[in-house]
Parts: sequence; structure tokens; C-alpha cells
Amino acid sequence: MNEQAPISRDERVKKLEGLGSSRKRVEDVRFTQGAGNYVDDIKLDGMLFGDFVRSPYGHARIKSINTEAALAVPGVLAVITAADLKPLNLHYMPTLAGDVQAVLAEEKVLFQGQEVAFVVATDRYAAADGVELVEVDYDELPVINDAFKAMDDDAPVLREDIQDKMEGAHGTRKHHNHIFNWQEGDKEGTEKALAEADVVVEEMITYHRVHPCPLETCGSVASMDPITGKLTVWGTFQAPHVVRTVAALITDIPEHKIRIISPDIGGGFGNKVGVYPGYICSIVASIVTGKPVKWVEDRIENLMATAFARDYHMTGKLSATKDGKITGLSAHVLADHGAFDACADPTKFPAGFFHIVTGSYDIPVAHVSVDGVYTNKAPGGVAYRCSFRVTEAAYLIERMIDILARKLDMDPAEIRMKNFIKKEQFPYNSALGWEYDSGDYHTALEQALKAVNYDDLRAEQTENRAAFERGETRSLMGIGVAFFTEIVGAGPVKNCDILGLGMFDSCEIRIHPTGSATVRLGTISQGQGHATTFAQIVASEIGIPAEAITLEEGDTDTAPYGLGTYGSRSTPVAGAATAMAARKIRAKAQMIAAYMLEVHEGDLEWDIDRFQVKGNPELHKTMVEIAFAAYSLAVPGLEPGLEAVSYYDPPNMTYPFGAYISVVDIDVDTGVADVRKFYALDDCGTRINPMVIEGQIHGGLTEALAIVMGQDISYDKHGNITGGSLMDFFLPTAVETPTWETDFTVTPSPHHPIGAKGVGESPNVGGVPALSNAVHDAFAHKGLTHTQMPHDHWRVWKTAQSLGLTG
Amino acid sequence: MQKLDIKMNINGADVEVNVDSRTLLIHILREELNITGPHIGCDTTHCGACTVDLDGKSVKACTIFAGQANGTTIKTIEGMANADGTLHALQAAFKDNHGLQCGFCTPGMIVRAYRLLKENPNPTETEIRYGISGNLCRCTGYQNIVKSIQVAATELSQQEAAE
Repeated sequence: MNEQAPISRDERVKKLEGLGSSRKRVEDVRFTQGAGNYVDDIKLDGMLFGDFVRSPYGHARIKSINTEAALAVPGVLAVITAADLKPLNLHYMPTLAGDVQAVLAEEKVLFQGQEVAFVVATDRYAAADGVELVEVDYDELPVINDAFKAMDDDAPVLREDIQDKMEGAHGTRKHHNHIFNWQEGDKEGTEKALAEADVVVEEMITYHRVHPCPLETCGSVASMDPITGKLTVWGTFQAPHVVRTVAALITDIPEHKIRIISPDIGGGFGNKVGVYPGYICSIVASIVTGKPVKWVEDRIENLMATAFARDYHMTGKLSATKDGKITGLSAHVLADHGAFDACADPTKFPAGFFHIVTGSYDIPVAHVSVDGVYTNKAPGGVAYRCSFRVTEAAYLIERMIDILARKLDMDPAEIRMKNFIKKEQFPYNSALGWEYDSGDYHTALEQALKAVNYDDLRAEQTENRAAFERGETRSLMGIGVAFFTEIVGAGPVKNCDILGLGMFDSCEIRIHPTGSATVRLGTISQGQGHATTFAQIVASEIGIPAEAITLEEGDTDTAPYGLGTYGSRSTPVAGAATAMAARKIRAKAQMIAAYMLEVHEGDLEWDIDRFQVKGNPELHKTMVEIAFAAYSLAVPGLEPGLEAVSYYDPPNMTYPFGAYISVVDIDVDTGVADVRKFYALDDCGTRINPMVIEGQIHGGLTEALAIVMGQDISYDKHGNITGGSLMDFFLPTAVETPTWETDFTVTPSPHHPIGAKGVGESPNVGGVPALSNAVHDAFAHKGLTHTQMPHDHWRVWKTAQSLGLTG
Repeated sequence: MQKLDIKMNINGADVEVNVDSRTLLIHILREELNITGPHIGCDTTHCGACTVDLDGKSVKACTIFAGQANGTTIKTIEGMANADGTLHALQAAFKDNHGLQCGFCTPGMIVRAYRLLKENPNPTETEIRYGISGNLCRCTGYQNIVKSIQVAATELSQQEAAE
């Protein structure tokens, strides 16, 4: 096979479509023809449909549930209530945060939309009819819709089930509605720094409650085979293996008799990390009826009941010298976790990685304290397109540093430059205990400032303000600068676990005799394009073209155990596992090649797609040739075959960073903030597929726009959710969404096998402060220090009015 | 409940179904006829994931009773490919320009873009943005969707000129 016409090394590299190639996505041939297979597309013989009766109240005692009329509806087969689940010990389920959550409400409902009964019927219309006819008699109770009132002396007891259990999963609870207090850093040292500083700024900054709202809602199809006793569940699971283990722990079904399948997932953004009552109820209903049972929530249910994000009230204090060198940071967070603590964080971190809050700055001393409280809101607390609580932290520090800049009359870019961690300080140990792996912040911000002609923008703003004063325009220009450092890729097993399961990830590679490969991962794509990009990693590592590599994920019967896809962990963890598994393949291939070429292994060197004899590249064996040999030659001392598995425990997290600059024009009479320009420079280390990276940045920025400019899951004083459908909950259309400009620098991670850091969530983390800072900047010269998000038209108009600008 | 016998031509094939008067078109397509390309993303006619082309108009199939579709001609994403089995210019453009990520909005988006380009074969970027504003996407930020539609518009114009 060596006699093929020789092709150049460049052509050989190109043919692989490996790292750095903007390879077209292999997923799209199905998706563009309507041949995706999402959970609601699954149809099994005799399949039934389940639908929930939900609480209309934020807080109420259930006096009685009458299912008689519902059961009389033609097609309705069963109505499951807590009374049915209790004997099975399934009326509560464990949450990822060490709390329990009601699967179906037993004595009380604690939030509007809470699951009360599960109606099972032959079709979705009959199930909906049944839901209408379940009669639940409630006694309304006082509602807590304000986290600041949750720990008042006279606050009603929300969680009667744990009223006497003052030792929580994260230490002692100090009030019946308190969940935990968690602290990190040097409290005394920080207080001293604040007391001795030339200048201190303080602000209470709320990152409001929002929702990931993927276009596909959550759902599952459970099928218990009554003959084999095997349970198969298809569902919208971002972490299928974790779901399998949880299912085994809370039912009596052994784990090898449970198969969890995540089919195509229509976006996740954190919404599909948790375990929801619908999943449990579909499983129970399938066991009870002996038929497959489908549950798919509708959009209103999705926004009301599964997986809110943020809801952090953050009080920051930042101290500095009078020339703008930061000397200390303290942050206290009041964290509204809703009715059950179902936050999706690594177990030891009840506030996630919020202590990345020192950001990109060399802050000598810092302290954070977080108090979690129960309220009459939906549970969740997921990381909506960010690593755990990282976007909250980035928002706090990036607002605080702007506020400090105003106080000192410094430019926001200048104060950041002055306080950045320097390139030569990496690996950098932050005051709150993280070891940042790599970064070059000055270069990134300089590149960004140059790209947008920052000085010209500021000059234009000065002109605009003068014109505004002269009455020549009613529009104010704001420039938002943000520089973020993320912490992603959870995480090292020594300190990162979920329900005790270490947060490693995995990859299995099987090279077939004719030189193609099947690769299986413990992660699951929800639009990120894993089938395309992970094949590129393998292609570069073992020299087989990406098009000859099929990637499979999401079926626990075939995929190696992994912790799933969220927190930008797929590339840092499973991507590393992929490279390591590929290197095992290559090591064995080298032994086979040495035997084939009758040389010592040490005489061979790897070159793109082959092993060649050092100094004599004509003598070589390609990976395709080696693959066939692995299955056909008896190599002394080697087992036949060419397969490898890697379980990768990352030595550290990765720390992607970026410099974002936005320009908004605000019409003070309407409050409309028009995003004129948005420039995003990202450094995610080694870039696997630039096309996919840019797509991720576009999407994440659009989600940031949605959060900053309108998304809001709020509750009225009666506990009614006021942002619970797409009538109220802002999802930008193509009209509101600006054109995004992308750019990059490359600072590889030193500890990742291919130097990649993860990118999908950066634009949400950096986009929110960049846009919010721009809105604030527009009014800064009028004395605005801070105003809470979202910056929707009404609120921005109110801000303009309060500053006396609305005429 | 009243039952209706309805006839439709879907993607070139005549179909007859017996439906409940209250059943929505999207449920007949997806559950009776196994045409699962059109998706369900909301309850309030905002997201457009269920968009089909019905008698030459973009219609959200979640907001029309199946009975109202009696006698109509419907095209869904499953009927979008060219007669020779190759991808329609829009499908190819979405694939080539990274106009999709999770794929959930894609069938509705492409079917909507198909009608948009029939009505306005050479749209400006602003016209495209307004033209697809009934279809939501959570992944792409629309930038590459707009680009895909622009590329497809050019390709379709060239195809037409060649004919």
C-alpha cells in the first residue's frame, strides 16, 4: 500500500480534518432533513402519556385530592399521587445538592407549578382532560417571594419535612428557611484591607432569576420490560450515567438492569442536568401499567418548574489605593434556591465556583460568604450556559470594578490593565484558592481595544454627550468593557463529585480492521457538535481521517461511564480522555509497526498518519495498515485488536478568558437600548474547530443579550410566576439580535493533553457584564452607579427618568 | 367528540385521516403520520419550531386544527429535498454555513425560509431578519442562519437563471 502516489505532508494533514479544521458538521445531514430523533419523536407500541396536575398556589396545604372524575375520563388509566409513591419511598427524591425534593406534593405545595398528581392516559389529549378533572382542595398559606425576608423571625416554615433537621448537607442551618452558609478566603485580612484602603466601593448587585429555556423542553419515555425486568428510559439528560445511578439508588432496580438513553437533545444550557419529577413519574407509571409511558413538559411547565438559574443577591466591597490598585474584595451572597435545594453543583461546593469572583485581577486578599435560603419559588439553580455560579461571580467583579473606576475617575479599560494578573504570574494562585492554569490578559485586552478603536469610541461618546446637552440628540451612547476569567472542566476527583461520583470523564476507541473507528464518550451533545469535533481530536492523534470516525454518546449500555455535558466540561475532561485513549492506541500501533518493519520501536517516529523509521521516512506503516495488521498478524507479546479506553481525572480545571467590548445607543425617551456593536475576543486555548467555536460564541452572546435585556422569572406577592411563558419571557428574535464580531488569542492550557480549555459558556459569562456595563456607562456621567438587570425598555426608561433625562 | 375525515396532500402524497375535531395539526403530523420533522417548542405560537408550508403560506402547525387543514397541500422539512434526492439549496446552505446547532428549530426555520425566498427571492439582511422573526433559535444567535439564507438565495437565483 506504500506505492500510492505520494501526497504532500500538508495534504495528509488536510485530509485528516483534525485539530484546527473548520470541518462541516456531520450531524447536519440528519437535522436539515427532519431526521433528528428527539425524545418526543420516540413512539413505542402501546405507549401511554403522562401529564401533571400542578399547584396553582405558591404555598398551600393540600386538604384532599379527588381523582374520581379524572379516572372516569375515557382513556385515563391511572392517577398517581404522593399517597401512591410513599409506600415505595419515592414521594421524595434526592437532589444533586444533598437535599430532597418532592416528586409529588404530599401535604403542602411550595411553589406555583409544583407537581401534585400524575395522570396517565392513552393519548396526550385524554391525559390533559384527566388533569382538568383532578380536584385538589387547598388552604392557602403565606408566601415568601423575597429572599431577604426568608429568615425573618416570623417567616413561615416552608420545609416542614426538614423542620427539625438543623444539620444540613453543608453544615448547620441557622433558621428554618436557611439552607447553608459557605465561606472561603481570609475574613480578617479582607476586613483589614478594606479598613485601611484609600477608597472602598460597596454595592448590592442582583443577578436576577432567569431560565435556560432550550427550544426543546424536558421529557422522558420510560419502558419497563415486564419479562426481562429491564428498564429503558429515553430522556433529555445532560448526564445519562448519573441518571442511571440515581435511578438505581432510589428504586430497587439494579444498575445493570437500567438503560438510560439520551437521544438528540434540542438544546440544554443547564436545563437538562437535573433529575425531575416527570422522569420519576414516567418510570413509576411504566412499572405500574406495564406499558411505555411518555412525559414531555410544555413550555409553560418548563419555565415554571424545571431549572431556574441565578437569583443571587450579591453585596460586594472592593477596596483600592487612590491610583486604582485593588487591595481587597469581600462578597456576601444571599442565594435564593427556591423551595428545594436542587442546585446542580459539585457536592463540596454549595455555591459552585463562585469564589472565582476575584476574576482576572491580582487581588491580594478576599473573602466570600454565601447564605442559601428557601423561598416559594421553583427549585433549580442550574448553571445556565456557564460553569457553576461563574457567571454570577463574573458579573459581580466586572460591575464592581467599573464602579471603582467611576469613583476614581479612571477609564474602565485602564483600571483593568492596571490590576490584571500578569502573564509571568501563571500558574497563579488566587486569594480564594484557585490555581489559574494559563493566561495572557494584557495582550488580549490590548488586541480588543485596538480592534474596536477604543479611543475613537470614547471620543465619539464625548461628542454624543455634548450633543445631548445641546439638545441635538435624545440618544446616549454607552461603551461596555468586560474581561472575564472562567473556571471550567470540573473536575479533579479529589475535590469534585456529584452525589459522590467523581467528575472524571471517559472515552473508548475501537479501531476497525479496515482503518475506520468507533469512538464512545461519557458526555452528550446538545447542539455542540461532539460527533464532529471529538472525531477531529482522534483524527489528529491517530492519523485516521475524521470522516472515518463515528462518535457515539448518550447510551449507558454502550458508552463508558461519564459525568455528562455541562459546565463546559466536555472538551476539558472528555476531550482529554479522548486524546489519552488515542495515545494508548498509538502506543500499541507503534509496537505493531515496529514488528511489521522489523525495527525497534525506538527507531520509529510518528508523522501525521503513520509511523516511519527515523531518518528513512520511505520505510513507514500508516495507521490504516497498522489497523489491519492488528487484526491479522500474530505479533509476539501483543494481544490482537486495536482498542483503548481512558478514564481521565483532570489534574486541574481550565481557565478560559476573554475581552468583550460592546456599544449601545439608548433612546432616553423609550428606554430602548440598541446594541450597535459587540466585539468578543475569546481565548479557549487550542482551537479544535474554529467554525464551531464561533457558532458557540454567537449563541452564547445571544443568550447573554436575552438575560441582560429582558429575561426575568419573577414572582408576585401571592407567589404567582410572572415570566412563565414565551408571552412574557424574552427570547430574542433575529430582529433584536445584533451581528456579533469574534476574535481570539490562543493560550493553551498547560495541563490538558491538547491544550484546549472549553468555550461554550464563555460568551454568556462575559456577555452579561459587557452589555450591562454598556447600559450603565451610557448614564455614568449623569451619576448612575448601579441599577439592577434586566435592562428592559421600561426599566431603562425608569433609570433615565430618575436621572431627570426624560424631559 | 366530533370526528372528521380529512384529506391532505403532504409532501406530494395524498393522505386521509380521521381526526378528533379538537386535534391540532402538529399532533396529527407527528403522531398519526410519523412526520416528526416539525417540532413543538412552545404553547403560545412564538417559537415556530412547528412551521409547515400550507397552501403557499408559512403556518405554525400548533395553532391550527387538523380539521382546518382539510383539502390543503402541505410541505414539511421531510418534503424539502429536490426530486433527485439531493438537498434543497436551503438545506445545503444551512449545512455548509453552520446554520444550526441542536437542530430543533431547523426544520421550521428552513421551511419558513423556503416561503420567504419564494415571496422575496433577493432579500436584504434586514428583510431576512424580519422574515424569520416568527422562528426562534436558542443556539446560533441567528448570524449563521441569516448567512445560510443569503447563500441559498444566491444559489436559487443562479439555478433559476440556468433553467
